[in-house]
Amino acid sequence: MKLLRFIEFFRARLRATVGVCLALLALLVVVDAIPGVVDKEHAHTAPEHWPAFWAVFGFIGCAILIILSKAFGHAGIMTREDYYDE
Amino acid sequence: MSDLWLHPASALILGALLLPLIPARLKKVWLLAVPIAAFALNTIMPPGVHGQWQFLDWTLTFGRVDRLASVFGHIMSLISIVATLYGLHVKEDAQHIAAWIYAGAALGAVYAGDFLTLFLFWEMMAFSSVFLVWFRRRKESPAAGYRYLLVHMAGGVCLLAGIVLHASTPGSSFAFEAFEVSKMTPASWLVLIGFLVNGAVPPFHAWLPDAYGEGTFNGSIFLCTYTTKTAVYALCRGFAGLDLLVPLGVAMALYGVVYAVLENDSRRLLAYHIISQVGYMVAAVGLGTEMAINGACAHAFANILYKGLLFMGCGAVLHMTGQSKFTELGGLYQKMPWTFLLTLIGGLSISAFPLTAGFVAKSMIVAAGFEAHNLWAAFLLMLASVGTFLHTGLKVPYFIFFGKNHCRPETWERAAEPPWNMMTAMAISAFLCLFVGCYTPYLYDLLPHPVHYHPYTAYHLSETLQMLLFTAVSFFLFLKKLEPEPTISLDLDWPYRKGGRMFLWLAQKPVQFADNCLGEFYRVGGIAGLMGSARLAGWFDGRVIDGVVDGLAEAVRKLGQRLRPVQRGAVQENLTLAFALGAALLIVLWLVW
Repeated sequence: MKLLRFIEFFRARLRATVGVCLALLALLVVVDAIPGVVDKEHAHTAPEHWPAFWAVFGFIGCAILIILSKAFGHAGIMTREDYYDE
Repeated sequence: MSDLWLHPASALILGALLLPLIPARLKKVWLLAVPIAAFALNTIMPPGVHGQWQFLDWTLTFGRVDRLASVFGHIMSLISIVATLYGLHVKEDAQHIAAWIYAGAALGAVYAGDFLTLFLFWEMMAFSSVFLVWFRRRKESPAAGYRYLLVHMAGGVCLLAGIVLHASTPGSSFAFEAFEVSKMTPASWLVLIGFLVNGAVPPFHAWLPDAYGEGTFNGSIFLCTYTTKTAVYALCRGFAGLDLLVPLGVAMALYGVVYAVLENDSRRLLAYHIISQVGYMVAAVGLGTEMAINGACAHAFANILYKGLLFMGCGAVLHMTGQSKFTELGGLYQKMPWTFLLTLIGGLSISAFPLTAGFVAKSMIVAAGFEAHNLWAAFLLMLASVGTFLHTGLKVPYFIFFGKNHCRPETWERAAEPPWNMMTAMAISAFLCLFVGCYTPYLYDLLPHPVHYHPYTAYHLSETLQMLLFTAVSFFLFLKKLEPEPTISLDLDWPYRKGGRMFLWLAQKPVQFADNCLGEFYRVGGIAGLMGSARLAGWFDGRVIDGVVDGLAEAVRKLGQRLRPVQRGAVQENLTLAFALGAALLIVLWLVW
């Protein structure tokens, strides 16, 4: 099964894979900051013109969602699985 | 009205009714032919009004075919083919019958031109789809199905009350047209509530994860397609531009995300995520601009594809391993790599990655929000997009196919790629997700209004990639916090699940106790009193009544005995005596008067 071997290939080289991914992310942010490449004329608000705005938005948004959701869940919303059983 | 017009729903409903009569060797052919026929009928149907029928004083319209109805009809009939293919190996006819009648009813509701026809199909959807929950035959299934029915019946009654009230106001009729959203009446509120219940808009949403997580592995594909999207269609038709729907939709989009983060059951997670996705559509209906309505339709269209694909992926895991909880799964990429890949395509697509259906559909709603200068709504919907990728694009694939292996030995032993028909159905869905994303005219030409939106700009690409990829970075940093926990989350089904039980407790404890007390009091006081009075009546009857009657009879008897010796048989004596008595009586009477 070729697909399995393909996945295993990256898992075996996890450190390198993660490194390449992070480099690509950095490249993405840099490219976004070059006005000639990414035309921000159509952006609707001022903050969207800041470099890496959406990267920060994604990163912090995700962290906030995880932390607040879990806090909400552990405040009594998450309960044992047989809660509704007789 | 065309003579040759055939409703696409008729193919599905008739096909369902004839299914038990089809010989076993032709069954699979029939199972594929019927939804294909429905799709073909839908495709060749010309725009206009068809199938009008005079019933009592009303005109029922079964086929109002316009661009808004057609886009929903197109995707609904298309997905019925894929979803049937996915469950092709299911032997039980009744499961296919329920699914097809459900799909047919949804098409019927979409093409209904008047409220009575809409209501007819609306109820038909609820009654047919509940079987897709019951057929799972777990011990929890009957109760989950009844809860689902209960909520939908309540919604249906609201809708009917609104329809009747609406039609009875002067100047209105049963025709299903847009309501005047600036002047909401009690009738339009009731109709709106009816639609919101089916759209799973909080606080009427808890039926959705409750039922969809409980459906059969293939029934859930049908469930996730039809009910909520029919509601979105009805909202687009009836309430475009109703401001209230914007905050409601945005709240819904985030609500679904929060609960999806907490959820341990993969299919319930996807169900919560439907709420989140329908939130975008509800918000778009609230914005009400041409672009927003296009966005709502495009997103409903795309959502049917990728949500179906995700449910197929998780359904395949459930079907092959018997498990759907993250705490019972993990590491399955080794056993089901292709299922992983196809599920991942669904996850990326729903997260709106470039080249997928989500990228060209969902972004239209956010753009419509920005263009309407509803900035807070647009930014919060972007946050919901972050949440979407977090749990559907990352959490679902990671904790099922990678992560810590929680599989029990028997689960691991059973795990394997699903049968060919399930794989093919997933592959077709994945292809459609990518096709819609790469070739935009296919979807854009179907939309109700002309499209002036170009998703593939450098800025939109950069914005989306940055946001989603950095979400992934955050996900892996917080991986420990996201470890699945074997819990369930309390939601707004609590009032009727616990409330129902409280009612039962009330009936069993205080009401039963009061009833017992009353019984005891009656036994001691009531019965004894009754017996006493009965005894008295008996004594009275025996002594007094009987005494009088018996005494009278005895007296008559004795008098007769006394008189008997007087009677000697001499006629002249008797006659003399009689005349004498008669004369005496006459004299007395004469003297008296």
